[in-house]
Amino acid sequence: MKKTVLAIAVSAMAANAVADTTLEELQKRIDAQDKEIAELKKAQSATDAKVEATADAVESSSGSVDKSLDWAARTKIGGYGELHYNNFEGKDDKIDAHRFVLYIGHEFNEKVRFFSELELEHGLAGDGKPGEVELEQAYVEWDYAENHRLVAGQFLIPVGILNETHEPETFYGTERNPVEKNIIPVTWWEAGAQLRGEIAAGLSYDFAMHSGLKAADDEGNLSSIRSGRQKVANAYANDFAYTGRIKYTGVPGLELAATAQYQENLTQGAISDASATLFETHVIYNVAGFGLRALAAQWNIDGDAAKDAGMDVQNGWYIEPSYKVTSKLGFFARYNEWDNTAGADDSEAEEVIDYGLNFWLVPNVVFKADWSDDQNNDKNDSFNLGVGWSF
Amino acid sequence: MSVKPIVYVLTSWLLLCSGQLVADEQKFQRFLDSVYSAPPSAKSLWLSADDKAEIYQRFNYRLNRLRQRYWFADEASVWVLEEVGKEKPITMAVAVKDQKVSAIEVLAYRESRGGEIRHNFFRKQFIDASLTEKNELSQNIDGITGATLSVRAMQKVAKVALFLDQKAGATAQ
Repeated sequence: MKKTVLAIAVSAMAANAVADTTLEELQKRIDAQDKEIAELKKAQSATDAKVEATADAVESSSGSVDKSLDWAARTKIGGYGELHYNNFEGKDDKIDAHRFVLYIGHEFNEKVRFFSELELEHGLAGDGKPGEVELEQAYVEWDYAENHRLVAGQFLIPVGILNETHEPETFYGTERNPVEKNIIPVTWWEAGAQLRGEIAAGLSYDFAMHSGLKAADDEGNLSSIRSGRQKVANAYANDFAYTGRIKYTGVPGLELAATAQYQENLTQGAISDASATLFETHVIYNVAGFGLRALAAQWNIDGDAAKDAGMDVQNGWYIEPSYKVTSKLGFFARYNEWDNTAGADDSEAEEVIDYGLNFWLVPNVVFKADWSDDQNNDKNDSFNLGVGWSF
Repeated sequence: MSVKPIVYVLTSWLLLCSGQLVADEQKFQRFLDSVYSAPPSAKSLWLSADDKAEIYQRFNYRLNRLRQRYWFADEASVWVLEEVGKEKPITMAVAVKDQKVSAIEVLAYRESRGGEIRHNFFRKQFIDASLTEKNELSQNIDGITGATLSVRAMQKVAKVALFLDQKAGATAQ
């Protein structure tokens, strides 16, 4: 019995000894591993720091630009184009590369830049050709103060909806609406100086002093206002004009604007008394898919020549509701009414109803299909198709 | 001749020139202060080639960076992103909380037109917008006539910020 107890005691002591040794070993191993983990962590954060530094170096060097690339970065090219097909009720159908436009602009520094627009209309220009090459815009712009700038050169008159924004994807209808075309008249550019800026959030102004129209031939016969656009092409500058506009865009989707213009002499002196004023106002409202555009404009021309021709008052207006079924497909209808001889008692206003659709393949590419219904002359009725883009 | 006036003139001139930069930085600090009680330090979200391809494919937006800097605290992330309006980049800051836009601001606007997007009457339309499965914003944004491109730029930036916030959240886990 004593032997067994002794044997148990000895083996217990031996087991304890073994256990002690194992625990000690384990502790040593754990300590060693702790040390290794600490070292690995240190190495890891050192690597992290290296990686961040590498990324810093890569990103800062990829930002540096060769001098010629810098010039290229300051120079922008853009433009738009439109191709139209018109199927007329009572005259020959037409297919026309109506407009091809190039914008070229360059930024001299953050505050001074120039912008230009060159246009080719109807595909071929030259003697006996249907088209023209035109310089539509060419001006220098200077941000002389925060939110205010000066424009000098040749620019678009701040009036109407289409005059300044007429890239094809920005309006409904293959052709531009007849009211802005015949009354304002769009597209209309002159040369001079313009102050533009923002007075308050969403409230902006434009004030321009510029060259005037010459709506008369040298014999003193009054012509249409539209043909009075000299296009700054060796233009007569005997009489100038002044245009002011206030625009409110302080509510998302809304634009309210009013323009007033005074022409010292609409004929550049060909007729001695022919000062004129233009008033134009419009509203654009887009909310969810619904859109509405409405515009009214009126010319008042002084002098007997205009009065005798009934052209002393010329006015027009249109209203265009639209609905975008999806972001790519929209439908519109437009009622247009205008009269270039509203001063004459017996004058009958022109009335045209347009309706159709726009399909935007991508936001900057549009396909158009629409019908134009001339209420006064069925021969002018047409079905039109168009494709347009801007970039 | 005293050097002092020259120093004053030079300093004022430099401050004037750097005015734009200072304004951007100040604007951003104010933005961070409006989002966080104690602005955190910046973190980096590393972007793989697949990430960048996904961003381009889903949002038509090029993010050519190795990593995107962002700020994260109180379950809100803040992203600074740029997108070209018509010709120049517009720098914007977007705060995202619970996968919705909680704040959005323009830090630097360089175009001559379309500046209306800077104002609160326009930006507040983005608050609480989230990303839909069709890669659109969950809320309708009424545009600014004559500022279509700037409006589009802000919409894109908001979408990308929402996407990056999701990505950052996934990485953190």
